[in-house]
Amino acid sequence: MSATVFILAAIAIGCIPAASSLAAASWPRRSPAAAILLWQALGLGWGIAAIGALIGFGVTAPGSAVASGALKQLVGIARTGNLPQVVDFAAAIRMLCLVAGLVLLGVLYWILVAASASVVRARQRQHELLNLLAHGDPKVPGALVVDHPAATAYCLPGLRSAIVVSAGTLNLLDADELAAVLAHERAHLRERHDLVLLPFLALLRAFRWAEVARRAYQAVELLIEMHADDRALRQRPARELATALLRVGAAGGGGVPSGALGAAQRAEECEVAARVIRLLRPAPGLSYAALAVIIGASAAIVAIPAALLVLPLS
Amino acid sequence: MDVLWEAAGPLSVREVSGLLTDRDLAHTTVMTVLDRLAKKGFARRERNGRAWHYRAAESREAYVTELMLSALDQTGDRQAALSRFARSVSGTEAQTLLRALGALGEAARG
Repeated sequence: MSATVFILAAIAIGCIPAASSLAAASWPRRSPAAAILLWQALGLGWGIAAIGALIGFGVTAPGSAVASGALKQLVGIARTGNLPQVVDFAAAIRMLCLVAGLVLLGVLYWILVAASASVVRARQRQHELLNLLAHGDPKVPGALVVDHPAATAYCLPGLRSAIVVSAGTLNLLDADELAAVLAHERAHLRERHDLVLLPFLALLRAFRWAEVARRAYQAVELLIEMHADDRALRQRPARELATALLRVGAAGGGGVPSGALGAAQRAEECEVAARVIRLLRPAPGLSYAALAVIIGASAAIVAIPAALLVLPLS
Repeated sequence: MDVLWEAAGPLSVREVSGLLTDRDLAHTTVMTVLDRLAKKGFARRERNGRAWHYRAAESREAYVTELMLSALDQTGDRQAALSRFARSVSGTEAQTLLRALGALGEAARG
């Protein structure tokens, strides 16, 4: 096995315990934005390294890079129409790895497209329903109100974005708390947090059986919420946001059937509690040195496997 | 759409126009809107003599419920389509935290 392939495989495998420890770490709450960057780097770096390792192992042309070698081999197969001779067991394994790498690339790409499409469809339906049902209200300028007693507030990201507040929430919260909710939701829309979450949703769909994919998705989701809380704090005091969170959290989710959701719901209760505690007892942000280390590590996690793909195999 | 929801039975385009007294809409405009609602599945239409008659496919409440359920849904990928402000917390936990907040607020003021 060449050194390049070995390093790529080591990075791909190493990303998994790294993701587990990142999900369990407590520092991300102090600087959610930096932690989100690291999560993105881990996801992207893992994908590049895993695909690169599999394809690189399958590339037989000596002295060429993983990417160009694989391309040459595929073009050769396509042009001549005959598959390389499988002479022995090692050659068969190589062939299998090349195919597995290409399949992984295809699956990740296809799932990302499918996840985007289903998200767009769900939003489209929401917009159609909102067109028929929602109305404005002077208490929440710029938001749509739906007449329903349950307390909920959410945003529909996208080119055509909307913030939706239920009548139940309007009755439950005072003007200051509503303003804090709107500030939080506007941060989501402005910074397109949905696009941050989408690749992790695709990973979760591709690897439903993998605990680490689920933990990554949940961790990123919570960090995005915390980041939006931080943004809202620039405009509103922490107390308003904290009481709004608790009131909506305590009143909401009433209609959701119990059972299978039990465990998920417990985890989510912790989420709201974690956000409230963080608002009330803010920990100091990470130092500039720590942030620099995180940004540097994020860059390296993506850049090293990407460079290994295009440099000649050694 | 509100007109269709409030009506007892199917309405013709002319009847809908007549009920929309607050707005002076052309007959063709109302027809286009009703046609679009029917295409999207919000209205059902049936031929009655020479004119199409329209009625709401589902009650307003059914649509509100659908909207809210998809917003409250805590499972699956719907979550990613929209972003909720807060998930549910158990009542007791929230009460405890709110009480703590109240005490903090009074301490700050007093």
